[in-house]
Amino acid sequence: MIPLGTNAYTTPVRAGHCATPLVFIDLCSSLLREIRFILIQNRAGKTRLAKWYMQFDDDEKQKLIEEVHAVVTVRDAKHTNFVEFRNFKIIYRRYAGLYFCICVDVNDNNLAYLEAIHNFVEVLNEYFHNVCELDLVFNFYKVYTVVDEMFLAGEIRETSQTKVLKQLLMLQSLE
Amino acid sequence: MLPADEFSAFPASPTFSVGDKALDGYSKKKYVCKLLFIFLLGHDIDFGHMEAVNLLSSNRYTEKQIGYLFISVLVNSNSELIRLINNAIKNDLASRNPTFMGLALHCIANVGSREMAEAFAGEIPKILVAGDTMDSVKQSAALCLLRLYRTSPDLVPMGDWTSRVVHLLNDQHLGVVTAATSLITTLAQKNPEEFKTSVSLAVSRLSRIVTSASTDLQDYTYYFVPAPWLSVKLLRLLQCYPPPDPAVRGRLTECLETILNKAQEPPKSKKVQHSNAKNAVLFEAISLIIHHDSEPNLLVRACNQLGQFLQHRETNLRYLALESMCTLASSEFSHEAVKTHIETVTNALKTERDVSVRQRAVDLLYAMCDRSNAQQIVAEMLSYLETADYSIREEIVLKVAILAEKYAVDYTWYVDTILNLIRIAGDYVSEEVWYRVIQIVINRDDVQGYAAKTVFEALQAPACHENLVKVGGYILGEFGNLIAGDPRSSPLIQFNLLHSKFHLCSVPTRALLLSTYIKFVNLFPEVKTTIQDVLRSDSQLKNADVELQQRAVEYLRLSTVASTDILATVLEEMPPFPERESSILAKLKKKKGPSTVTDLEEAKRERSADINGGPEPAPASASATSTPSPSADLLGLGAAPPAPVGPPPSSGGLLVDVFSDSPSAVAPLAPGSEDNFARFVCKNNGVLFENQLLQIGLKSEFRQNLGRMFIFYGNKTSTQFLSFTPTLICSDDLRANLSLQTKPVDPTVDGGAQVQQVVNIECVSDFTEAPVLNIQFRYGGTFQNVSVKLPITLNKFFQPTEMASQDFFQRWKQLSNPQQEVQNIFKAKHPMDTEITKAKIIGFGSALLEEVDPNPANFVGAGIIHTKTTQIGCLLRLEPNLQAQMYRLTLRTSKETVSQRLCELLSEQF
Repeated sequence: MIPLGTNAYTTPVRAGHCATPLVFIDLCSSLLREIRFILIQNRAGKTRLAKWYMQFDDDEKQKLIEEVHAVVTVRDAKHTNFVEFRNFKIIYRRYAGLYFCICVDVNDNNLAYLEAIHNFVEVLNEYFHNVCELDLVFNFYKVYTVVDEMFLAGEIRETSQTKVLKQLLMLQSLE
Repeated sequence: MLPADEFSAFPASPTFSVGDKALDGYSKKKYVCKLLFIFLLGHDIDFGHMEAVNLLSSNRYTEKQIGYLFISVLVNSNSELIRLINNAIKNDLASRNPTFMGLALHCIANVGSREMAEAFAGEIPKILVAGDTMDSVKQSAALCLLRLYRTSPDLVPMGDWTSRVVHLLNDQHLGVVTAATSLITTLAQKNPEEFKTSVSLAVSRLSRIVTSASTDLQDYTYYFVPAPWLSVKLLRLLQCYPPPDPAVRGRLTECLETILNKAQEPPKSKKVQHSNAKNAVLFEAISLIIHHDSEPNLLVRACNQLGQFLQHRETNLRYLALESMCTLASSEFSHEAVKTHIETVTNALKTERDVSVRQRAVDLLYAMCDRSNAQQIVAEMLSYLETADYSIREEIVLKVAILAEKYAVDYTWYVDTILNLIRIAGDYVSEEVWYRVIQIVINRDDVQGYAAKTVFEALQAPACHENLVKVGGYILGEFGNLIAGDPRSSPLIQFNLLHSKFHLCSVPTRALLLSTYIKFVNLFPEVKTTIQDVLRSDSQLKNADVELQQRAVEYLRLSTVASTDILATVLEEMPPFPERESSILAKLKKKKGPSTVTDLEEAKRERSADINGGPEPAPASASATSTPSPSADLLGLGAAPPAPVGPPPSSGGLLVDVFSDSPSAVAPLAPGSEDNFARFVCKNNGVLFENQLLQIGLKSEFRQNLGRMFIFYGNKTSTQFLSFTPTLICSDDLRANLSLQTKPVDPTVDGGAQVQQVVNIECVSDFTEAPVLNIQFRYGGTFQNVSVKLPITLNKFFQPTEMASQDFFQRWKQLSNPQQEVQNIFKAKHPMDTEITKAKIIGFGSALLEEVDPNPANFVGAGIIHTKTTQIGCLLRLEPNLQAQMYRLTLRTSKETVSQRLCELLSEQF
């Protein structure tokens, strides 16, 4: 549904940051269920959005980004949209060349998050009028606003597309 | 928005103001935005923070927004900036401008640092429940508070606002309800009592949603499904609580039935979004049904619904149905219903393309297995194993081994299964698995002949796995004689067969085979010279590996110098292994969770070594009257009120039990606790308690009057235990005589994890009772309370004393005062085995004295009990009477209470 342009804009992946071997990152230190992070990556592994709901240092973040890319991109349409990931699971959905991934607790409701991704993508599509990868790159600050309207503190905040879009248009009018 | 050519305009100096005295707000925003962009591309940013903070105080939305975004993405714990940031946030929160308030709340929710919690945890609840707050601000405030509660629960004050928050479930605005439900769910998990009223409100809200027509909720209808995410959240909230009161329960059951009914209706849209949203609610409803586990009707309906999904064309649904059915299989109400799907599930093993789906199918087969279908399921798993992915083979091997053992009616089937396992996936058969088959064969004499014959046949394959050689070597070494009558498996043929594999094997296997050979020397004198020749060859005697060389030299020498009688004694058949929990199960648990039960496994191994070892017999003879032990009052809890030792339950104030009348009451002792307690009298390590959720292991050491005990609490589930509080309880009497010190443990225990608690023990004076270990925790929505007796007994402070016969009798006579002697005559509860008895006396702590008692069948021991105040010499004698299956135990010590207590403890052991 999203026509995504070819990748004209290449991102230098944080090179030189992974020299130190990483110990197992304890994703379960947080008390209760919540989204751990949301990632949007393209097929080449370039991150188009990374929203973290837990504290990680930069090396850990980079490591997680690479691991998620590695587990998600090898899967095809016959596979489920869920992958076990460390002690967690990634719920992901692919739109053209972009992977939208949400990392949640193993006991969380898979389908609810799968549709939360789609709901989010429909909002982006409406807001950017046929969203493409470059919209996410150049309007990164707007994308963060959309995320905050729909997901906050690792929880689903608002699910009504009408309400979110109304709020976004109101904010845009302030610019 | 940010054309690349604008980068040229970017100032090179570290602050924005040099060379351009006054940047206007727009430029400041532009440059901060660019910095942020550069950071997001992966470059480090080390200036511009101050400018970003300045933007926060701008009155323009766009400038403020970029400022907040910069802060949220590049959090910096620079204290000075934090103060400035908090100041700006405070102003925005007070601004009454909903847009600015929203930005400030999102920033707090994104950063969630402790400093912010300190500054705003008191303020946000007020915003949340204030009557004039805009809906969108309420949504943000609810989740902002949730974030602060997660990071710093101690800083969020509970108060009047909590009851008003619960009423947000009734709010007109479904977005507010959605956000509030998350907050309430989290708070309710920690403070169930305070949020109890949320149950009925959540049920009414849910009922209004599920019964609404697909257009009623307008904005919140997603592909014809009314408010799917909110429904899921409400169903999750209900999973924090047990089934509600009958009135509410009726309405909830109606809701759940409606959800199940809707699943049967024809879809309102062909779009996958419609079915996903509908099924998200359905799966959450099924989770709640399983959580309550009380409505057989709903459980069976849930199972039938999932059964339909097993054949759905959507892979996602098949996967989720398998996963959900796994939990249904463990409910007594739906176990049978799950079993009816066995064909579909085994079929999934063969046809699914996604390995994770196949893995769920294996899990489900394992969960639905019982005696009636074990043979079929094991056969299916074995055939799947031939083609299974490498990543899951070891787990399947463990599961097959466990099921085969657990449900074996016919042990020949068990032996066949394990040998098949080694044949198909030898590389994935861990030591635990093949150790276990050997233990079982040794303990069950009805299967030994069959096992010998089967391994002999299996070994004839031209290529067989090294694990098979190990099992074969061990079993033929023990039971090769059972098949030696058949000329096709004569001793020489057996030996040649094993020896043909010898050179292809690794060193440990070769070492094992050498032991088999020396056992053959004993079993079959006719092959002795052949074996001696092999042992004598240079490749053995001069082997570079020191272990092999030593075995060859020693075995050769043994076979040459020892008489047949000595050989027969030294190389006697192995005694039965003590029955115990399968170490394979422990291994599987370990695979599931990173750090469980390793120590316990070791402890178990030590224990079996204890029993098999042990020195030579001892003599005696004696007399007197029996003193029945008042084991009923062993605990002493009835007499003195229990008082906790060490710190009181840490989160006791929060941990209010919803289900029992008295909140922090100590549970009665767990069933089997007495038996387990008795098992620990003569040993220090092992599993003290185990149920579906929790395993408690012990490791302890004692020296003189001091001791240290390590208690391992293993969470056997995949869910966290919350408010986990172990407490040691001693009566006043006991506390005067036994001092225990420990530190509290972490109140959360992650699924599959193990936590350790150390107890330092000092024996002040002799004591009779045992401390009680009470454990309280919250698992899922339910409160758990377990009590077990902690095996700290007087005999742990025993130091053995060796003495000659003369000394012994001299001391025995010295202790001839009637109060000093206690005697008990009792029936044997276990088989009367000399070696085991000896091991127990040594385990009890006393020295086992040989050649003291004139009657060699009797056992005599001596030792000193160390307490802080005094030392007490103890002599004991145990006279078995094999005909009557009775024992007479006599204790003489310098203190009456000590004689009494030791006699009670030791009498329970035989």
